Amino acid sequence: MRRQLEGSQAVAQTVARCRPEVVSAYPITPQTHIVEGISRLVRSGELTGCEFVNVESELAACSVAIGASAAGARTYTATASQGLLYMAEALFNASGLGLPIVMTVANRAIGAPINIWNDHSDAMALRDCGWIQLYAADNQEAIDLHVQAYRLAEQLSLPVMVCMDGFVLTHAFEPLEVPTQEQADAFLPAFEPRQLLDPDEPMTIGAMVGPEAFTEVRYLAHAKHMQALDTIVEVAEDFRERFGRGSGGLLEGHRSADAETVVVALGSVLGTVAEVVEELREQGVSIGALAIKSYRPFPAQELGIALRAAKRVVVLERALAVGVGGIVSADVRDALWRQPVDVHTVIAGLGGRAITRRSLRALFDRAADGQLGELEFLDLRREIVERELQPVADGERPGPHAERILRGLGAVRAEPV
Amino acid sequence: MSQNGARFYQTGTFAVGGRLLEESERAVQSDPGRSNAITKGHRACQGCGEALGARYALDAALRATGGRLIAANATGCLEVFSTPYPESSWQLPWIHSLFANAPAVASGVAAALRAKGREDVRVVGQGGDGGTVDIGLACLSGMFERGDDVLYVCYDNQGYMNTGVQRSAATPPAARTATTEPLGEHPGNAFGQGKSAPLIAIAHEIPYVATATVADLRDLEAKVTRAMGFHGPRYLHVLVPCPLGWGSATAETILIARLAKESGLFPVFEAVHGRIASVARIRRQVPVSEYLRRQRRFAHLFAGEGRPDVVERLQALAERNIERFGLLSFDDEIDGSAVADPLAASATRGGEQHAEADIAPLDARAAGERGPS
Repeated sequence: MRRQLEGSQAVAQTVARCRPEVVSAYPITPQTHIVEGISRLVRSGELTGCEFVNVESELAACSVAIGASAAGARTYTATASQGLLYMAEALFNASGLGLPIVMTVANRAIGAPINIWNDHSDAMALRDCGWIQLYAADNQEAIDLHVQAYRLAEQLSLPVMVCMDGFVLTHAFEPLEVPTQEQADAFLPAFEPRQLLDPDEPMTIGAMVGPEAFTEVRYLAHAKHMQALDTIVEVAEDFRERFGRGSGGLLEGHRSADAETVVVALGSVLGTVAEVVEELREQGVSIGALAIKSYRPFPAQELGIALRAAKRVVVLERALAVGVGGIVSADVRDALWRQPVDVHTVIAGLGGRAITRRSLRALFDRAADGQLGELEFLDLRREIVERELQPVADGERPGPHAERILRGLGAVRAEPV
Repeated sequence: MSQNGARFYQTGTFAVGGRLLEESERAVQSDPGRSNAITKGHRACQGCGEALGARYALDAALRATGGRLIAANATGCLEVFSTPYPESSWQLPWIHSLFANAPAVASGVAAALRAKGREDVRVVGQGGDGGTVDIGLACLSGMFERGDDVLYVCYDNQGYMNTGVQRSAATPPAARTATTEPLGEHPGNAFGQGKSAPLIAIAHEIPYVATATVADLRDLEAKVTRAMGFHGPRYLHVLVPCPLGWGSATAETILIARLAKESGLFPVFEAVHGRIASVARIRRQVPVSEYLRRQRRFAHLFAGEGRPDVVERLQALAERNIERFGLLSFDDEIDGSAVADPLAASATRGGEQHAEADIAPLDARAAGERGPS
């Protein structure tokens, strides 16, 4: 039954249906509604057999999950932005130990300048921490990915991040179908940990490994991710059969199979992209979109096949690797190195800037005309940038840009005395 | 405060042969059925106080729980020397995650056990002073504040020994470390206001806090046993000399730990629910110089003309502890009794003497003491 729900509340209800035994969390916007919802379900007795632990930091949130998972509990936490970075060390540890923790990342920018709005800077910064990273295109998919995430995590003994766009998804109300308890139970077998802290069978977890075996341990982690490429597809197919709707998987094309120009993106922007693609198709433009649902592991082979007809790929990225440009584009170029295709990087929607149909339309028009550069910034306000760059060119040493820009826009009233 | 019923003062120690005692009074270690939590094959240095302290602490905890114990360990010497791949010295379920998060990992294990209704299994967190009083303090405080059912043991060797003897917040003033060399006008570590993790723990009003040294292992065993009688967060701070970092003879680990206590530099006490409950009196006070001279980390205080002014400041620290904790008060039995609560001295009760708190094991859950879960 579809109900009108906020994305965060729907995720909270779905996670509860997955019967987590330990949920630890530290508040950070825009994740807060999710853990507030779970806390309420625990307190009201709707979610039984679950300990909700209010911790003092994200490092502790992930660490409590590590301890609980090693002690055999199905665990959950959620975070965003700076919080994800604050738990960085524990993220690598959880994946290195092979603990099947599931975490929602309500994607948000990283400061400075401090900014609470949506982009993918947080998850991209931690893309190589060894967790599986799944990206939801809409709230229904965000819900469904959580159920799939537990299957994946426990089957592979790997932690899984479900990335959903902060505010754009977490705070949006939509008609959504939350899995029933029966559906969730049927889809998720009981958690049988691969390793367990158990007095009856004492085991050492987290021993030191030196040069004699470290490479092998890392190789095996990579091998597990490669295996996950198959498991993700299997789990998504099983989900489709049982729930009657498609969610997750590795990639999802939208009129991309025969398209000359293909827009590659992650997350909620795909909805807008698909609409613009439709408009252009009606005008006879050969364009399509391709969603990357699983960014880690990266489906390089599948991407190459999906883009075999493409002459031009536009990677629309909601994060910026300062000093290089694109992050996802680097992986896409790598995957397409044998194919005669131009890959363009477009940095868009940083810090919550809306990615509008109008801007995308103009961008795709230019792309189809072969006018796109290697690296572009969508809707960059040139006049602001130039106003800042001019003094530098003149040999001046201006102070922090953020404050000067805001002053220039009239947003900050305080003038230097 | 030796826990022995019998005392053999003529040996100059509290040592007493197990065979001379009733079985009920014998040490956990004298029991041939002891669990040997950390067993042979570990790679601790000769004379390591931490290896000794950890074995006694965990064996006592294992006995108190009938072997139903899980340990979460911070990064540090104890972790490194006990689990070099592919070996492990641990005979109990043991997890190491990170440097800063051992108390939180222990909280997670405890939460999992609660969720699963496993009341038979208990949890110990442990780490060195760096992992506890510096980088791990936030996680430790969070664990205390939430009321998680974890005994956390800090093995304090007063510095970052595993990384090459750098200063920690537990390094004493004037001590030489790799980052506080005896150069310039103020040689060694600076005199600060100090950072007492046990007093910080007491400020959280958790059920049980104690300090101990490896000089009195019966006392250490007894305190661990008592700690396991409580539910909720408990904190044990054990002074463990480090021959490598302190520049002391490997055969003198026990002696140096005793001198730390007998000089007044390391007060040994217990606190229950935020109040000092017992204090180990100094039996034969020694000047701090007797403790300092045996360690090369303080050698610069005695070379050439020496720095009697600095030694005097250290003596003043010891005197302050003696006064503050009543370490030389002989009014009572050695085994703890009515003492002025040093924490109350500045509070409204103004140093009022109050009776020894009941430190018998409590079933805190029955008394509703456990924090919200």
